[in-house]
Amino acid sequence: MLNIRQEYTISIFSENHVGVLHRITTVFTRRGINIESITVSESELDGIHRFNVVVTETEAQIKKVVKQIEKQIEVLRAFFYPLDKIVYQEIALYKVAASAMKNGMSLEKLIRDHNARILTVDPEFIVIEKTGHKEETTALYYELQPLGLLEFVRSGRVALVKSPKRFRDYLNAPELGKRISEQAVRDLAKKLN
Amino acid sequence: METTLGKPKKTAQTETLNGSHALVRSLIEEGVSTIFGYPGGAIMPVYDALYDYQDKVHHILTRHEQGAVHAAQGFARVTGQPGVVIATSGPGATNLITGIADAMIDSTPLVCITGQVFSPLLGTDAFQETDVVGISIPVTKWNHQVTRAEEIPAAIAKAFYIAKSGRPGPVLIDITKDAQVQELEYLYEKCEQIRSYHPIPGLDVEMVDQAVELINNAKRPYLLFGQGVILSNAEEELKKFVEKTGIPAAWTILGLSAMPTDHPLNVGMLGMHGNYGPNVLTNECDVLIAVGMRFDDRVTGRVDQYATQAKVIHIEVDPSEIDKIIKADVPVLGDAKAALQAFTDKVNPNSHKEWLAKFRECDKMEYEKVMQHEFFPDTPVLTMGETIKMVAEKTKGDAVIVTDVGQHQMVACRYSKFIQSKSSITSGGLGTMGFGLPAAIGAKMGAPERQVVTVIGDGGFQMTIQELGTIFQTEVDVKILILNNQYLGMVRQWQQLFFDKRYSATEMVNPDFQKIAEGYGIKSKKISERELLNDAVDEFLNHKGSYLLEVIVGKENNVFPMVPAGCSVSDIRLE
Repeated sequence: MLNIRQEYTISIFSENHVGVLHRITTVFTRRGINIESITVSESELDGIHRFNVVVTETEAQIKKVVKQIEKQIEVLRAFFYPLDKIVYQEIALYKVAASAMKNGMSLEKLIRDHNARILTVDPEFIVIEKTGHKEETTALYYELQPLGLLEFVRSGRVALVKSPKRFRDYLNAPELGKRISEQAVRDLAKKLN
Repeated sequence: METTLGKPKKTAQTETLNGSHALVRSLIEEGVSTIFGYPGGAIMPVYDALYDYQDKVHHILTRHEQGAVHAAQGFARVTGQPGVVIATSGPGATNLITGIADAMIDSTPLVCITGQVFSPLLGTDAFQETDVVGISIPVTKWNHQVTRAEEIPAAIAKAFYIAKSGRPGPVLIDITKDAQVQELEYLYEKCEQIRSYHPIPGLDVEMVDQAVELINNAKRPYLLFGQGVILSNAEEELKKFVEKTGIPAAWTILGLSAMPTDHPLNVGMLGMHGNYGPNVLTNECDVLIAVGMRFDDRVTGRVDQYATQAKVIHIEVDPSEIDKIIKADVPVLGDAKAALQAFTDKVNPNSHKEWLAKFRECDKMEYEKVMQHEFFPDTPVLTMGETIKMVAEKTKGDAVIVTDVGQHQMVACRYSKFIQSKSSITSGGLGTMGFGLPAAIGAKMGAPERQVVTVIGDGGFQMTIQELGTIFQTEVDVKILILNNQYLGMVRQWQQLFFDKRYSATEMVNPDFQKIAEGYGIKSKKISERELLNDAVDEFLNHKGSYLLEVIVGKENNVFPMVPAGCSVSDIRLE
């Protein structure tokens, strides 16, 4: 199990300081691990950012990587999850030539079938949005291509843990080395409420 | 992005200072009285401030920034306090990188301060601008750029706290020139905690109990200790633990001197050129207790054949070291001092005489096959081993031994004797040639009451030979022992053993080191005959002030024992 490569999502909670992203990415580059997707944004706590990093690796390697990430001074915690432990989404935007609308029912059907939506309509192009897993956004990509796809962009993954816990509860989970102090948890909790 | 460092408002307690004065005052607040550095354009305001505090802060002008950082490492290793380095931007900053990387891998606390171009010029390829924060990320425990004077006191406070707490390491603070000259309301508050940083994990009682049970039931327990023992001031606790349990203990190269060499339970050094018993018996113990060490590949040899028969207990302050190389059956996260204390309280008194005797049998073999030829060679050519042995005898193990990197390092570490902790300073993890001379200068500055002897090869000496200038100017008393084999000896040894004696780029044509020493006002002597060694070492050690003794040793002598790269520790070769 430890040596089978599979997709993992790493969630990292850090201070919002200059350079933290660089520190985190060097942990991967040093080991020659390619980051497949990365998103960074504010979490529900003031000043704390959440990274979602997707990589394909062995569990043995991921465990070491996560500990190295947690070792960074400004990282509060880092966790890793296989796909079945998270709910996750990506968002994709598709810019399609307006001429695609002339194609009768097919564009409407595509949008309905894929649960996509139209964000904007311009005399010359329309922008369609679809959220979903990578396979789903890719499927729509291939269907839109023959209709005149002008531009395509897909975000990195965002993910939440399949657990009833609140953020501050699992921030102090003991799975890995770094345990934040009781005081720190209380301070964080205060900020949260 | 926001900054999180404190910015005091003007109050009755604050004082209006410029950034540079605030920096120096902050350093003084942290107890700094010695700084190693080199000035330049972007750090000039700081040097101007240092001029006002010469009575409180002694600045050592090295001859190269690499010299400054290694000197600060030597200072830190001998005092246990962070070494402080100041350098300018651009090349000044990049010249620090080797030393910072060395400090990172050897867990040495450093606070490095670099000047940076004016903040509006950042990113414009200004004169002597380099992204030192970016460059140093992989080799610093933490780093930070300050662009406003008001951030300086809090940045320095955080830097010292991070550098010395938990597993120590180097920290770099890059300060733009405008921040050095702007005024601020100065108030110094020490940093005592950072919410995202937990330097010492609390000891897990359950793990301690599991470890104690393993130890109590062990027939052939074996303890390995590294620098973690020194860094957590756990020397006494280690001694008490092994004395109560009778467990043989071996040191890693960075654990040297954490226990007296002659302690009956000290069985010697681990590693590629360590002692025979400590290596070979690793694969015969039933419980392996690793304390404050990280299973470097030079210690483990081939990992899949390393102590596979043993249950492993790993006492370690850094969670990322647990299971990194060797899987711990019982990981004991925490401070070595606290963990050893807890172990000692709970373990049963014991002794393992027969098991210990096995180490002593191995010692006998090693003595016959290796040491006696080193100490009493049957050729007229001097050996490194007999030279080091003589220095060790004459200093009675009381000197601080600072080494460079290579064959002489292995010999110095194998044959030096230690009676007190923090007496061995060597570049372990990074293996930085050129470390020895400047580190010795720093060590002497940190422990002026102690004899400091640095052992250096003819190759490494020439990598930082310019620091003789620092010795000349500061009149610091460092005894420099050059073991000259006219080769880059360790590389040549590998070429002999593994590259069919193809001596590619390892032969050295050396200058006259006596003339160089003379130019720097340093007394020196060169010897190549055995009958002169005794008197030469006496003169060397008893001379008032620095002295360079060059000993011409066998050109093609090898260091043994040796665990060849990629082999198991049980395949250690004695010849």
